Formats: sequence, C-alpha cells, structure tokens
Amino acid sequence: MLVVACIKQVPDTTQVKIDPVTNTLVREGVPFIINPFDIHALEEALRIRDRFGCRVTAISMGPPNAEATLRKALSLGVDEAILVSDRCFGGADTLATSNVLAEAIRRLVKREDVGLVICGKQTIDGDTAQVGPGIATRLGFAQLTLVDRIEHFDPEKRVIRVRRKLEGRHEIVEAPLPALITVVRELNRPRYPTVPMRLQALETQITVWRNQNLELDENTIGLKGSPTCVNRIFSPQREKGEILGDGGKDPDGAARLLVEKLRSKDLLVV
Amino acid sequence: MTPNPVVFGVILVVAFGLFALSCYRRFSLAAVGKPDDRFRPIGTRIWNMFLYAFAQKRVAQRPFGLNHVTLFWAFLVLVIANGEFLVRGVFPGLSIYLLPAPVFKLLLLAFEVVSLLALVASLIAMARRLFFAPPYLSTAYVKATSFEAFLILFFIIVLMLAYFGLHGAEIALARQQGADWMPVSGVVARLLGGVGPEGVESFAALCWWVHAIVLLVFMNLLPLTKHMHILTAIPNCYLRSIDKPNTQPREEFRKGESFGVGQVDQFTWKDLIDSFSCTECGRCQDVCPAAITGKPLNPRQIIHAIKSNLLANGEGLKRGEKPALPLIGAEAEGTNTEAALWSCTTCGACLEVCPVLIEQMPKIIKMRRHLVEMQVRFPEELLGVFENFEGRSNPWGIAPAERTKWCTTMNVKTFEKGTTEYLFYVGCAGAFDSRQKQVTVAIATILDAAGVSWGTLGKDEKCCGDSLRRLGNEYVFDKMAQENVKLFRDKGITKVITQCPHCYSTLKNDYRQYGLEVEVLHHGQLIEQLLKSGKLRLNRQVTDLGKIIFHDSCYLGRHNDVYDAPRNVLATATGKAPVEFSRNRANSFCCGAGGGRMWMEELVGSRVNVARAEEALKETPDTVCVACPYCMTMFMDAFKDLDKERTRVRDVAEVVAEGLRQG
Repeated sequence: MLVVACIKQVPDTTQVKIDPVTNTLVREGVPFIINPFDIHALEEALRIRDRFGCRVTAISMGPPNAEATLRKALSLGVDEAILVSDRCFGGADTLATSNVLAEAIRRLVKREDVGLVICGKQTIDGDTAQVGPGIATRLGFAQLTLVDRIEHFDPEKRVIRVRRKLEGRHEIVEAPLPALITVVRELNRPRYPTVPMRLQALETQITVWRNQNLELDENTIGLKGSPTCVNRIFSPQREKGEILGDGGKDPDGAARLLVEKLRSKDLLVV
Repeated sequence: MTPNPVVFGVILVVAFGLFALSCYRRFSLAAVGKPDDRFRPIGTRIWNMFLYAFAQKRVAQRPFGLNHVTLFWAFLVLVIANGEFLVRGVFPGLSIYLLPAPVFKLLLLAFEVVSLLALVASLIAMARRLFFAPPYLSTAYVKATSFEAFLILFFIIVLMLAYFGLHGAEIALARQQGADWMPVSGVVARLLGGVGPEGVESFAALCWWVHAIVLLVFMNLLPLTKHMHILTAIPNCYLRSIDKPNTQPREEFRKGESFGVGQVDQFTWKDLIDSFSCTECGRCQDVCPAAITGKPLNPRQIIHAIKSNLLANGEGLKRGEKPALPLIGAEAEGTNTEAALWSCTTCGACLEVCPVLIEQMPKIIKMRRHLVEMQVRFPEELLGVFENFEGRSNPWGIAPAERTKWCTTMNVKTFEKGTTEYLFYVGCAGAFDSRQKQVTVAIATILDAAGVSWGTLGKDEKCCGDSLRRLGNEYVFDKMAQENVKLFRDKGITKVITQCPHCYSTLKNDYRQYGLEVEVLHHGQLIEQLLKSGKLRLNRQVTDLGKIIFHDSCYLGRHNDVYDAPRNVLATATGKAPVEFSRNRANSFCCGAGGGRMWMEELVGSRVNVARAEEALKETPDTVCVACPYCMTMFMDAFKDLDKERTRVRDVAEVVAEGLRQG
C-alpha cells in the first residue's frame, strides 16, 4: 500500500509584508518553509509506514524551487518525492490546484494501491483548507478532515477510524480506504532528520511531472482554471493605542484603571 | 646479600615479559581509536610535560596534592635505586658502588630520604582514604576505600620497609659501604643489634626477596589498574591539546560515514589514552556544576566509563566484531547514560583542574553529536530549538526581520564595507531578549560616546551557532558557520565587537577552523581599551549600584582567559574593584546555561543558577555584574526563585553607560 503526503512550500508568513502601494505580498528576501501543518501530515505518513510497512510518496505542486521542501521530506525518510511543476499550473486557486494534485494521485493509483492521502488541514499562506477536500472529491475518496488522532488503521480490512478536532468537541468517524485525511498539529510530534538521511536526500532524484505527463485540459488548470479572483490585499489597520494613567508616578492608580478597562471589555472576570 | 643470579634472572625475564605483554595489550586497545595529530610542536609539548608532569603544576594546586608530589618525586629517585637493585640481582658486580664514593654516598642518602618520605606519604594517603576521604574520591563504581587503592599503597609501604630492612641488615653485617650516609637504615641496624649474624643474614635474604617480588608484582599491576597513570600521565601531558579545548574538531559530512562517537573505537586514540591516564582523583567531579547540583553527570565517571567500555569491547573491536557493551545506554559500568551527556554545561571546569590534562568535556560533545546526528535522541524541548536555529537563525524562532527592533530608539548604522571600522555583532539575545536589549542599547551608547566607527548587520545578522555546536548538532552548525564566514568575507569585516561571550568564543575560535581570521573583542575588552586610551570619558562615578560583585562567564574567562578587562572597567566606572565570589576567575562556577543548557529543562537535582546566586549572596552584594546574556538570565531567574529580587543584575556595559549620564 502507498500512503501519499501532500506538502506545500509556503512563504514564512510571519515575515511577509504587504506592499501598501501595490497591495501585493512583498516576497523579496522572505524565506520559504514547508507548510507547518504539512509537516504533521508527513510525519503521520511516516509513522504509518514504520508501523505497517507500506511506502510513502511526498507530492508537491509548485515552482521548481519547491524542490527544497521535497528534499526535506526525503531527509525525513519518504520513499519517493514528486514535484508537480509546470508554468501552466501557475496562478492556480484551490480548485485548479486540487484538479492537478488529484490527477497526479490518480497516476499513482494506476501504478499501485494508494490507501491513504494525508494533507495538512490548511496552508498558512492561503488559509482556505479547501485543497484537501477538493482532492478527495475529485478522487472519490472518503474525506476525514481536522484529524487530531488516528484511532484505528487497518490496511488489511481497509478501514480507518479517526478523531476529528472540532470547535469545542471531538468527533470520531470511520471510513473505508482509500481515504483522504487532513490533519492538525496536535496529531503528532514531527521527527528530526539524521545526518545520513540528510546527505542521502541531497543526492536522491526528485521526479518532476509536467502537464505533458498529467495531460490535463488547460482550461481546468492554472490561472485559466481558477474562478477565484483577488480584488485587493491589505493589512488591516490597527488603531493606535493610547496611554492611560501614569504608571511612573501613580502605579496604583494605573493598575486600577487597567483592571477597570479589562473588566469593562469582559477580559477579566473578578 | 646476593641471591641466586640465575634464578632471579629467570624471574626477572618472566616478570618483564608479562609486563611488556600487558602493556602491549592495553596500548593496542588504544590503537583502535581514530587518528589525531598530537606530536607537534615538540618544544611546547616538552615544556607542558615538564610543567604539568614533572613539576606537577596542577597536582600541587590543592593542599593534599603535595602528598602526591612527594610520592611522584620519590618514585623518580627510586627508579635509580630499583633499577640498580634489579640489575645487581642478576649481575652482582654491577652496582652504584662502582661510582666515585661521594656520588654513591649522596645517592644512598637520597634513597634514604625519599624512601622515608614515600613511606610517610603512603601512610597519610591510606589514612585519608580511611578516615577523612573527601566525597569526590568516590563514585558509583569506584570507592575511596577500594581494594586496589589500598593494595598499591600497601605495596609501596612494604617496598620501603623492605628497603630499610635490607640495608639495615647489611649495615649490621658490616657489609654496607657508605653506612654513615644511611640514617634510617642505621636505626634498623641498631634494632638488629641483639640478633645473631645468621639471623641477620636470613632477615636480609627475606627483605631482599620481599623487595624483589613486591617490586615485580607492583610493576605488573600497573597496566592492569588505575595506576596505569604512572605509565601514561607523563606522555598524556606531552600529548595535551595545544589549543584550549574550547573548540570541537570539525566533522566532514561524507555519505556513508558515521558521525560523532557512538562506540568506543570512534574516539581518537588520544581520547582512549586519556581514559588510561585518569587517576580517579575526583577533582573534576568536585568542580563540575552538574555533579555538584545532583545531576547524573560526573566527568570522572565519563572517563571511567570510556576505559571500562574499551576494556570490555576492545579485543572484539580489533577483530571487527560489534561492541557487546554499549557506550551510550542504560546505567552500567562502562556505559554513559544520555541524561549524563545532556547535563554538561561545557563550562570547562573539569578541563581546568585535571592534573594530567584529560579532556573530559570534548568527549561529551562527541557523544552528543552521535545522539543528535545519528540517533536523533535528545531532550524533546530541543526539537523546536533546533528547528528555530535552522529555520530562523535564532533559538526562539522569532522572525529575523525583528533583529533590528532594539534600535528603534537610536540611530544605528549598517556596517559599510570599507568605511565602517567595527562590526557590532549583536547576537540573538542582544537582538531579541527584552532585558538584553537594554544592554545592547548601553553598548551602542558607549560606542557612540567614544566616537567609535561601528555598524551592525541589521536583519542580515545570523546566529553564530554556539549552542548548536555544544549540543552536538554539528551538521547545522557547519552550515551556519559557512554562511557566516562567507557573509563576513563579503562584507570585508576585519574587526568585530560581540555582546555575548558565546558569540565571542565562536567567532574567535570556532570560525578559525573555517579560515576566518578577524579581530574579535568582547564589549568588556573594547570598553577597557576605550577607557584606557581616554577615548571614552565618563561624566560621573557610578555609586548608586552599591556593592558590586563580578561573575566570570565561562566562555569569556576559562575558555578565553579574559578575566581582567571587565574588572578593570568596573573599577574605573565605580572607583573601586568589584567584590569577588569565593570561586572566581579560572575557578568560577557556571551559571548553568552554557552548552545549550539554556534551552533545556533542569528537572533533576538542585538548580545550578541558584547555587551560584546563593554563593553571590554570601558576599551581600547590591548588584551582581555579568558580561554574558545567559549569565544575566540565569542570575535574574535565580534571584526570583530565592525571592531576592532586590539584588540587581547588570551587565558591565550598563554600569559604564550609567557613568555617561550627566551627574
């Protein structure tokens, strides 16, 4: 059985600024990282591999430099890394992206038995959480989102039971394989690569699939296949704070004022 | 008295044959280690051997060491006596009496004196082990009252008594030349006065054989016991690390190799000789902050474990077998626990006191490397720290763009190639830690006041990687060091001021391995220069910090010998020399944060920083002065724990900056 982990290279959003004039992301000098949720997807795939002896393929759609992300996956121990990269995939929204990734996974299904696809619950750049469910829909796989624990996994009986982390509650659901799950950070603690694995990863060939491999209709991919349009990006304006009281001369008074303010906003209940 | 030369000749050949075999076996075990060039420069090495082995420099630093100095020098003199004794046993004609009379008489007197001293010293050593053994003389596996220690001391005592017995009998039989020069043996002769000649003759024969047999057994025990140090300690001083062992050797990252030390033959041969040279005096144990505060680490135990492991696995390893006893694993004699290895603060106190210059701390780092690089086994809190260092080049994982936030209050220039003289390397703590940012501002203010041409790397500054290297994450350190060295070269940087002693030591010592030769100054050193040259003038004397005590940071003091600069700065700024800790300068006690311990939990035993803070409080200071961000955090935390927050903690630079304020 093959477990597929979908990973994405994203800009380190804590370092992203928005150009106030052009309203676009200032990408210059911003380092790229592996999407934090995807690290947990990768880890879970590797854990299943360690336990059940299946194979793990990491797959990523992105520009050629997304290779770095796949190298990291290789250093953590995936058996195969596939970069889905083509100019015509560029500018894709979540719909077009799931079209491409679903097709790539379909190619893997033709090759071997894909039992499980694991995605992070969302990316930290787009934050839509739509691509995982989009892939599942297009592949016809059961989709189990927001997984924080795998309760049961049986590759023989082809069944998976997971706990979903919802707002204020958990939900335990079961599905037949093949399935797609999206995972939250609480699911596991990612591993750290050994140096031999890192050195190995530097030399391992990364498979690159272009649209001539996937043969998708150009109207369903890239900018053409993306119905979403971005009108404007902006940083929300933060109201300037004001200094209340005089902490230097009258700390007691300032503290009282602070407590009052917090109470009035229901931030402090005494 | 002459024995049967033929019989004794046979015994002698057998004894020396066995001794040579044992030595060969032991030394061939050390040969399983990896290569290490420890033979040049010869001159320096001979000087080290003279200073530390023959002059017993470190041994004599503790009062009881004088007992050892006595025994050591007695042994050296008695090598002549015993050599002559053995030769004469086989060739009765060959003796010191062939020398001119004044010479052999002087020798006889010397033998008498040193034998008596050795006898007394051995009795004192026995009494110490029995009645007033310091706690550091014992470990879990070797007790102060070990059979081996007593057997050897007993042998020495018997040898000395037999010597006096033999020569006393010879005097009584009127066969001893130069008897007037043998006061102790003379006493024995008088005691034998009432015994008939035959009785004295038998007594002489008995003493001769006891002396001969005990001497040969003693010699054969040397390579098999901790007294191996008698054979290896002198060469070990010759083979010492010429540079201070504050820097770990680089690793080359080639595919198919193993990294760090996970089994005993991955140590260098010198590491293994170190383990043979340990006398188990326990001084390292007595100064180790981890051992003192109840952590599972004992540097002496690390060395003992390496030796035990080598003895258990060495023969098998020579045959290419896998080691049966793990080097790192569950608690056992010959195995180091992971918990012990992670307890080290790399403070270097063990290196500073070892009388025979054993390098304990670097071996711990080598084993940490194996745990991190091969096994991925480390305290779980380090996972995030490692990711932060690698991903964002700082331990907290704060966005690199925030590196310049400290200077929002002042106009800070970026280092310009060709125009700026000094790079001010702020460091992660100086840039991100809110308390430490105040120190950064203080240093910047001082540099401006003195008219120094300086600039920073701003957002482009990267972490130096100190913690990573000490934690054994050499792979990531290596990448960071290469990037930093390239950055420094591209920017044409030749002079660097660091805020943190860890950056200081890393840039100055570790980066030299990467070919970076720049002048690195800790801010305390530069401020001292500026004050001395008159470029920096204070507006007032700082008196409002009360009684100031100065704490030596390990990476400034012990690892780099910078002791006076911060003290001089404080003396100039406050008008009087700072108060000293009871353990100061080279004997300073770590704050507990070095070696990456800053990023780990301290859950076992008492806290190192609290121990040091309590030591400070004994001197009733108003202010503890430090020169290191880690020390500052550790002292502030300790004073919080002790509810002594009224004791202020200040960096040296902050005290000087106070002096710049208009009175």
